[in-house]
Amino acid sequence: MSVGFSQWFSNIVYMFNLQHWQLFFQVGGLVGLLHGLLFTLEISLLGLLFALILGVIFGVLATSQWKVMRAVARVYVEFFQNTPLMLQAIFIAFGLPIVWPAARHIPLFMVIVIAVSLYHGAYISEAVRAGIQSIHRGQLEASLSQGMTYVQAMRYVVIPQALRVVLPPLTNQAVNLIKNTSIGVAIGFAELMYQAKMYSDMAATGPSFLLAALMYFILCFPLARLAKRLEDKAEVNN
Amino acid sequence: MIELKNVEKYFGQNHVLKDVNLLVPTGQKIVIIGPSGSGKSTMIRCMNLLEHPTSGSVTVDGVEITAKKAPVAKVRQSVAMVFQQFNLYPHKTVLENLTLAPTVVQGVSKAEAVDSGMAYLERVGLSDKAQAYPAQLSGGQQQRVAIARALNMHPRILLFDEPTSALDPEMIQEVLDVIVGLAQEGITMVVVTHEMGFARQAADRVVFVDDGQILEDGTPEHFFENPTNERTKLFLSKILR
Repeated sequence: MSVGFSQWFSNIVYMFNLQHWQLFFQVGGLVGLLHGLLFTLEISLLGLLFALILGVIFGVLATSQWKVMRAVARVYVEFFQNTPLMLQAIFIAFGLPIVWPAARHIPLFMVIVIAVSLYHGAYISEAVRAGIQSIHRGQLEASLSQGMTYVQAMRYVVIPQALRVVLPPLTNQAVNLIKNTSIGVAIGFAELMYQAKMYSDMAATGPSFLLAALMYFILCFPLARLAKRLEDKAEVNN
Repeated sequence: MIELKNVEKYFGQNHVLKDVNLLVPTGQKIVIIGPSGSGKSTMIRCMNLLEHPTSGSVTVDGVEITAKKAPVAKVRQSVAMVFQQFNLYPHKTVLENLTLAPTVVQGVSKAEAVDSGMAYLERVGLSDKAQAYPAQLSGGQQQRVAIARALNMHPRILLFDEPTSALDPEMIQEVLDVIVGLAQEGITMVVVTHEMGFARQAADRVVFVDDGQILEDGTPEHFFENPTNERTKLFLSKILR
């Protein structure tokens, strides 16, 4: 017991060993992590944009009057929600070029963007669908009765209201998307997680992963707070 | 002009409209009365195709809207509807509620839609609420806004689907006053209502519906003074005490 404890304690101390931190900084670890962070940010922003577009399109299709469209949306959502993101990313990076040779020209940066967009687009589309279905049917009927087409009714009346409902779950998806860009490790692209792994192998594990965790936290925590605030606000409004 | 011809409507096994034939000439004010569940709401909702008849045809101003590829959205621009639950757009101000469809659907300029919209708000006594949101208004005020929204489409036909049924009693009159005022004009009106006073006062013609069929069709005097159908008499004896 006491041996176990002292081993555990010295491991903890080891993480904060000053020499390790010095080594980490000497090999340029901090700059390396910041480079990774920049990529993580870029991937996240692009990914979020595309995921939103996919989410709105498939969310609307999932509520449309056309059976075929609903089926297409269903297949998309179920496929991407029920297979691991890492597998999807690996497939796009290494499997797709076998089926479709031109795909090997897709840069790894874009592979991650595509993977997280498709994956989170599926979750966002479910949120959008639920949001649209939460809007009273009378809203669609009033719009149609005024001569709007289905698309106009969606665009001007239903979706703007649905987005308010959808905002909190959407913010949660943004947080998850940022964290999930860490699949760069699996396909060998130097985003933040990959850099952390590299400097851990090269210099020191403790500083590298602790700082990476801190950087992810700084990105995600404000968004998570925002989601909470939006949820509270939505409750007050109801 | 609205014409329903041999209209049948089923909801699953439920036979809601049974061979309904009705001609509403241009300019007529017609009130549809009947017990709840009689099919009267379904009937009026067939007139702008919010419900599609299972069979039979609906023709509005010469356009058969039940036909395949009929220009339904186009026809609906001239057939405005006022709903029991108001169905105002809650994310838009009162004035925006009035201007949205004219600008988006009819291509009216924003300024023009605002001008006519303000005039209609004035008419329903709510011009001071133009910048308010629907949730800030009482039920009666919301329904008056809904009427102004309908009018701002400059429709030829106005459909009212139980416009006062969701209102607190003290607010019914303010809404009825607006509708009675409209009835003085040349516009065609179809009103589904339980307000017998309104039927007497403003209708050219009263149609009594029960169990999906038109049982009585005539002037208000005929309907209230000497109805012919037994079920009409029974209904009236319950309503008019």
